[in-house]
Amino acid sequence: MIVDKMKKRAPTAKKKENKVDIQIGKWVKCDKCQEIIYKETVRKNYNICPNCGAYFRMHIGKRLETIIDEGTYKRFDLNIDTTNPLHLEEYTKKIKALRDKTDLEEAVSAGIGKINGQKVVICVMDSGFLMGSMGVVVGEKITYSIEKAIELKLPIIIFTVSGGARMQEGIVSLMQMAKTTAAISKLNEAGLLYISVLTDPTYGGVTASFASIADIILAEPGAMIGFAGKRVIEQTIGEKLPEGFQTAEFLLEHGFIDKIVERRELKETLSKLIRMSK
Amino acid sequence: MSNKLSAWEKVEIARSPKRKTALDYIEKIFDEFIELHGDRNFKDDKAIVCGLGTIGKKNYTIIAEQKGRTTKENIERNFGMPNPESYRKGIRFMKQSEKFKRPIITFIDTKGAYPGIGAEERGQGEAIASSMLEMAKVKVPVIAIVIGEGSSGGALALGLGNKVLMLENAIYSILSPEGYASILWKDASRAKEAAEKMKLTAQDLYDLKIIDKIIKEPKEVTDEEFEKITSKIKREIKTIISEMQNMTPEEIVEDRYQKFRNMGEYIVIK
Repeated sequence: MIVDKMKKRAPTAKKKENKVDIQIGKWVKCDKCQEIIYKETVRKNYNICPNCGAYFRMHIGKRLETIIDEGTYKRFDLNIDTTNPLHLEEYTKKIKALRDKTDLEEAVSAGIGKINGQKVVICVMDSGFLMGSMGVVVGEKITYSIEKAIELKLPIIIFTVSGGARMQEGIVSLMQMAKTTAAISKLNEAGLLYISVLTDPTYGGVTASFASIADIILAEPGAMIGFAGKRVIEQTIGEKLPEGFQTAEFLLEHGFIDKIVERRELKETLSKLIRMSK
Repeated sequence: MSNKLSAWEKVEIARSPKRKTALDYIEKIFDEFIELHGDRNFKDDKAIVCGLGTIGKKNYTIIAEQKGRTTKENIERNFGMPNPESYRKGIRFMKQSEKFKRPIITFIDTKGAYPGIGAEERGQGEAIASSMLEMAKVKVPVIAIVIGEGSSGGALALGLGNKVLMLENAIYSILSPEGYASILWKDASRAKEAAEKMKLTAQDLYDLKIIDKIIKEPKEVTDEEFEKITSKIKREIKTIISEMQNMTPEEIVEDRYQKFRNMGEYIVIK
């Protein structure tokens, strides 16, 4: 079993991590303006629609490419897999199929890289892998990264995109919220900088754990961020939600994030914040 | 007193309106109890009750999720579903417990944090995360007790104990079985099936090393049985606290850290 996985993974590990951010074909339709656009144009434009400025989601490779100095990213050597604690047959199959389809190992990549020459620990989540949900592997990688930051006395940056705790691993996923949060508490004791960057969408157990307790919380424009999902709230209160509810702009207005930063400005903003927190 | 019930039967028991609530336990376990109110910021949210209690000469801070015992009380307490202010009230008492070196006892019993417009506007996610953060770092012993429904982040917000105890027929889960079935299988009516799969019973959680001790209870809890259960919990609290009395504040925090740090097994590839 384990050997099989290694074989499957060996070639992908060597491959460059800049994956296709928008699935199949050469053309993509923008959800917001409905315009059909040549994918390469979108990719060269930070995955932003050149027509209306809407943000497409970013996968790990593309995110690292836009944030980390070229050739400086080194992924942590932490190759782990779920034990499938609830013994759901379909879950193991799903994970395998996703790995084959996306070339991602899991919903987060963690490592060390440089931002304008400043060394940082960086975690990037990916919506392409079970909606960026947090099970044991994600929880462990985030916690390991925080502990590495403490060990190496480095700042840590976490890009979030997540539907929340991963249902398929049940209560064990829920406990990853406690685990990651406790690790942040240690990071705070060590006096190190933690910046979280919330991207579309960030919900549930990720919002209610490490994403919301950073020293500085940034968000991309228009990102949907919340604890409870819209449908659950609508069902509970029996009414439609107001326009703009749970957007990054809504959170900024209510005082829960520090700043909304345009995608092309993110690297420079992070660089400045790291420098100013030294 | 042990029983063999299906996971779903336990879900029904844990949710039953007849089930004892946090204040019933607090009244029996502590020799004295005085409730104190408010988050000093926005309001006194009644889904979480805070206060001070004593067992013998020892003082405790109590933070408890409280469902209503009547319809009127349930409305007042939002059916035990906390808004952010509830968690912030709890955080205030956690900080205070450190100042007066009072161990913290939490009682967990909620369907989940309230999913409402106001709750989101006032940062439900941040409140839960901050509650866990405070629990992770507080330099006094913490004991968390799951007494009824421990559902989702709203329950875990009070769950970071050095020791976590759980009533035999209580449940503790990532989400309600209905929510779980609805997300995974797009069919909320498969809740029963979900309950059996989710590993939400005290025995499952003990086997997963998520809780430390199961407090036995019969299917039907009479007043006499409740006396026995609560004196058992009282003894457990006294034992745990006396076992921890020689630990330094740093050791107490580290003990809690290691407990949660090791949650969730994984396979190492290569």
